[in-house]
Amino acid sequence: MLTNYIPVLVMILVGVAFGVFSVVVSSNLGPLRRFKVKKEPYECGMKTQGATYVQTPIKYYVVALLFLVFDLECVFMYPWAVHYKKLGLFGFVEMMVFIAILFVCYLYVWKKGALEWE
Amino acid sequence: MFDYVWLIPVFPAIGVLINGFLGKRIEKFNKSIVHWVACGAVGLSFLVTCIIFFQMLGLEPEHRFYEFTCFNWISGGVLQTYVAYQIDPLSMLMCMFVTGVGFLIHVYSIGYMAHDEGRYYRFFTYLNLFMFSMINLILANNFLLMFLGWEGVGMCSYLLIGFWFSEEANAVAGKKAFITNRVGDFFFIVGMLVLFCGLGEHGVWSFQFSRVFPNVHLLSPNTVTLVCLLFFAGCTAKSAQIPLYIWLPDAMAGPTPVSALIHAATMVTSGVYMVARSNILYSLSPFAMGVVAVVGALTALFAASIGLAQNDIKKVLAYSTVSQLGYMFLGLGVGAYAAGMFHVLTHSFFKALLFMGAGSVIHAMSGEQDMRLMGGLRKKTPITFITMFIATLAIAGIPGLSGFFSKDEILWQAYSSPHGHFLLWLTGAVAAGMTAFYMFRLIFMTFYNENRAPEDVQHHIHESPKAMTVPLMVLAVLSVIGGYLGVPHALGGSNRFHKFLDPVMGMGPDKIFQKAAGGSLHHVAEGSHVAAHHPSLFMEYLLMAVSVAIALIGIYIAYVMYVKKRDLPEKLAEKFRLLHRMLFNKWYVDELYTLVIIRPFHGISNFFWKIIDVIMIDGMVNGVARVVGWGSSVLRLIQSGYVQCYAVSIIFGTVALLVYYFLKIAG
Amino acid sequence: MDMLEFVVPELDFRAILPQIILAITALTVLLTGVFSREKKGPAIGFLSLAGVALSFSAVVFSGSQTVSSFSGMLTNDSFARFISMIVCVVALLTILISINYRKISPAINSGEYYCLLLFAALGMMFMGSAGNLLMVFVALETMSISIYALAGFQKQREKSIESALKYFLLGAFASGFLLYGFALVYGATGTMDIVKIGRFLNDHPLVVHSPLLLGGVALMTVGFGFKVAMFPFHMWTPDVYEGAPTSVTAFMATGVKAAAFAALIRVFYVALGSLQVDMTQIMWVIALLTMTVGNVVAIAQSNIKRMLAYSSIAHAGYLLVGFVAGGELAISGMLFYLLGYAFMNLGAFGVIALLAKKDGEYTELSDFAGLGFKYPAMGLVMAVFMFSMAGIPPTAGFMGKFYIFTAAINSGFIWLAIFGVINSVISIYYYLRVIVTMYFKEPEQDIVMLTPTGAIILALVIAAAGVLFMGILPSSVLDIARNSTTLIM
Repeated sequence: MLTNYIPVLVMILVGVAFGVFSVVVSSNLGPLRRFKVKKEPYECGMKTQGATYVQTPIKYYVVALLFLVFDLECVFMYPWAVHYKKLGLFGFVEMMVFIAILFVCYLYVWKKGALEWE
Repeated sequence: MFDYVWLIPVFPAIGVLINGFLGKRIEKFNKSIVHWVACGAVGLSFLVTCIIFFQMLGLEPEHRFYEFTCFNWISGGVLQTYVAYQIDPLSMLMCMFVTGVGFLIHVYSIGYMAHDEGRYYRFFTYLNLFMFSMINLILANNFLLMFLGWEGVGMCSYLLIGFWFSEEANAVAGKKAFITNRVGDFFFIVGMLVLFCGLGEHGVWSFQFSRVFPNVHLLSPNTVTLVCLLFFAGCTAKSAQIPLYIWLPDAMAGPTPVSALIHAATMVTSGVYMVARSNILYSLSPFAMGVVAVVGALTALFAASIGLAQNDIKKVLAYSTVSQLGYMFLGLGVGAYAAGMFHVLTHSFFKALLFMGAGSVIHAMSGEQDMRLMGGLRKKTPITFITMFIATLAIAGIPGLSGFFSKDEILWQAYSSPHGHFLLWLTGAVAAGMTAFYMFRLIFMTFYNENRAPEDVQHHIHESPKAMTVPLMVLAVLSVIGGYLGVPHALGGSNRFHKFLDPVMGMGPDKIFQKAAGGSLHHVAEGSHVAAHHPSLFMEYLLMAVSVAIALIGIYIAYVMYVKKRDLPEKLAEKFRLLHRMLFNKWYVDELYTLVIIRPFHGISNFFWKIIDVIMIDGMVNGVARVVGWGSSVLRLIQSGYVQCYAVSIIFGTVALLVYYFLKIAG
Repeated sequence: MDMLEFVVPELDFRAILPQIILAITALTVLLTGVFSREKKGPAIGFLSLAGVALSFSAVVFSGSQTVSSFSGMLTNDSFARFISMIVCVVALLTILISINYRKISPAINSGEYYCLLLFAALGMMFMGSAGNLLMVFVALETMSISIYALAGFQKQREKSIESALKYFLLGAFASGFLLYGFALVYGATGTMDIVKIGRFLNDHPLVVHSPLLLGGVALMTVGFGFKVAMFPFHMWTPDVYEGAPTSVTAFMATGVKAAAFAALIRVFYVALGSLQVDMTQIMWVIALLTMTVGNVVAIAQSNIKRMLAYSSIAHAGYLLVGFVAGGELAISGMLFYLLGYAFMNLGAFGVIALLAKKDGEYTELSDFAGLGFKYPAMGLVMAVFMFSMAGIPPTAGFMGKFYIFTAAINSGFIWLAIFGVINSVISIYYYLRVIVTMYFKEPEQDIVMLTPTGAIILALVIAAAGVLFMGILPSSVLDIARNSTTLIM
């Protein structure tokens, strides 16, 4: 049973060996010269400006999270809508409960002021 | 039909909870609520007991047995122990007088403890707790619950002896009682375990009386003897027999109601109760019975002799109690279980009365306990005098009073029963004479002649309040009539008491032997055949007359020495100086124990402490601790606080688990 | 394209009534917190208290039959009910402690706090009744995510934040293992249903020793081991327990442990019963190491919350002894122990929560010096809890250990029982040190206890009464616990 995985093992070994080999060989064979540009995050392209760590306002995260939550709600509604007729009244009530729970959260978020930008 | 039996222990328990948790506040608010709660609780218990008791009397004797299971208490493996109560003539008899006398003493305490501010509630809490434990001890249907009560009463005794613990002597007395009792308890526990395991070998894993006793014939005779002796060793501590009686006289340091309740009427008789309860066990071991009888007789004599020379009124009564307990064990030891229990009953009446009377005297004398400083109280405290005088007549064995019937029966059985012997009777009779002497000495020194107290004390002498005198009177009546429950056949009675207890004691050797079907116990069987020969009625009258005569002689000597020729005691003490000093110093038993047991123990424990403990064990422990501490500090290094490290540890753990499982497959 | 066949599963809402009550309460509390003007009173706390009490009675009065509902996702048997009861007790006491704790940390007097607490309790209940591995995972995550947030509730305290972050990172890491383990087990057996896995393995003995299944078992052990603080997955415990608000620590230490052990017992005994023999050795070693590491390191602690964290590891070790022993007595012993542990641990943390000052907490051991005489009632209950943890009669801790070690001996693990007892002896050292400090050390500073509210007094009284009741009359509780194991057998 385990023999089935031998190709995988070989693959892993080859992959690891290749990586190790190229790093070792290049660092040993290649010439090493240090200067300022070499130390920069990007050796080519635009010159970097300002601090490396940029702070993003936390509000983005909150909005992103809220978007995700309600987006998923919609995603869940698609299969429900497809089967709506089969599910009948029961399905309707279930979805209403689901929406009601999310609505409570929505109320909470609103009241907490998470939807206001300033 | 007795399903409400659980109410009996529950009432005092409620009293404990109320007074124990809220007592301090209640007392500040209104002191009388405290004692109303406490007395009410015991009173209700007494009431329930009465109802059950009389309900039981209405049943046929063979139906007077009932078990009520409250709940499963401990369960583990083969052991199933229930909190369950057993109703039969023996337990109900004990319960009747324990709750009854207990109730009277509770009432009496209202007056006696009235001046004890701030700790009033505590006193009543302890008393109720005591009642709760004692009731459990009596009603228990298994050894384990009985042991719980046994320990509970011991603890309450300790708490109450040292109730006024601010004085060191009292605290020391409490400690002495506790430690001495622990020695006995140890034997009791071992006895229980031997019995449990012994029966377990035969498939009876139980502590329950109704399962243990019908099966004791399965045990080997040696096991039975061992169990009996271990149990009796437990009794020697709780019921103050040689050699462990030493704590009881010191226990008088407690408040007098405590002495009356715990150290005279109820707790100290629990050993007697236990032996009577296990009578089937004892009947199987003549040797153990012999030990019980001899120890009982010797204790009776020995304690009475010490009582002759004591000057502290409570000490006299304490030694008298030890001596009377000796009688009870003498009765049990010769197989007269009912007689022993009868003496328990009558003794509880007159001894409680004597103690409470003494308490009343002490109360009147502003706390003085030395009889040499008393005298002439007859007129100032008439009720106390009359009631105490009745009790003294009873304990001295004057015909017509309760003590006469019970004591005489024990003495008669000591002579006539198959387990009896003339020497046992003689010892008992001599002790009876001594009892009469020292009790009348107490009466004469306290109530007759002139008062020898200092002036300021004399002014205060007064009769005690109603709360104290009423219980005295009730008990006085009981001390007189209590004996008529068991008037022997020889005196034209029908001995109802015996018949009443017969269903419990009836499981005598005969029935057991039928079950054992001729095992290795035939030598006992032979012994019981001897019982068939009945000593003559004439002999019974003769011995009765002799013991009464001895008592009267004792009283007469006391009268001569302490009323007529009052310089005689001095002279006698001079003449028999050695004897007097021996008696006065209680045969130097305490000193002997100190020398033989306590000192060597101190020596051994010093050795263990300084050499074994400090150097070896501490060395080892400290060594281990150092290793543990070192390990601890090393392990702390791993606990670096870096999440990465923790994650790595999880990885290592995972790898280890995987490796283990894959090795499992491989292997 | 064909429409997939869709069958509406049979749904028995009565089976999850206690959970529904909790969820509704949680949402109500959340809204109340946001909409109410008055922010200082204990109203929210009492509202959630009422919800938990209602849920508790729903558990108690839900009968004694076994109901499998939601297509086998939930198994409502007496085992699940016992766990639900423990969870309710834990939640009740935690809320009572929290009501007082708001004086120290006003932040927790909010709808969010109680809402998360209730959702965590909800997750715990589902863990006890989950009949499907997926359900176990969902329940575990419901519980965990709520608690990650709760641990970081004191936003101003750096330690609290640290605690939450560490717990979250490592918890997510461990959940990954758990989920992967479930996947492997599914791969090996073809089902996620716990009962069906057990049946499958019974019918196919060859699968029992397949690497796929054993790998899954190993990874599941990691996931559960993390939650119960099993060695070597215990490292997070002290840091997290120390940093989290005390009320949350109490909740974590008792509730999470009970729920995780419940799921562990159900999954490993019902689904993987055939593997019992193979697991024994490694679990034996883990139980021993967990006890020993917990107790040994606890000795070196000077912070009482850290000490209790290591003690909680040690207690997990004792419980694992029962797990190794197996059998009816062991499982009922574990259930007994979990309930007793809930009482004593919540009590101990309750006392710590009582001592806290305005701007922080007194959590150093030396802070307790002399408190036994200053606050006699507090000292007394703390002593009771410490005695119970050390396993001294007549307390729940003693009886719990007694049952577990007895079970171990009955199953033939005598050495494990002996090591357990040795460990108990080691533990006495640091538990008694608390008592010694309270009664025999001179106080170095003047510590004033916040005036306790009725709520926390009630909590401590319940906890102490529970500890003593289970110690003095253990049979009543053990009988219930024993009835709760029949379905596992």
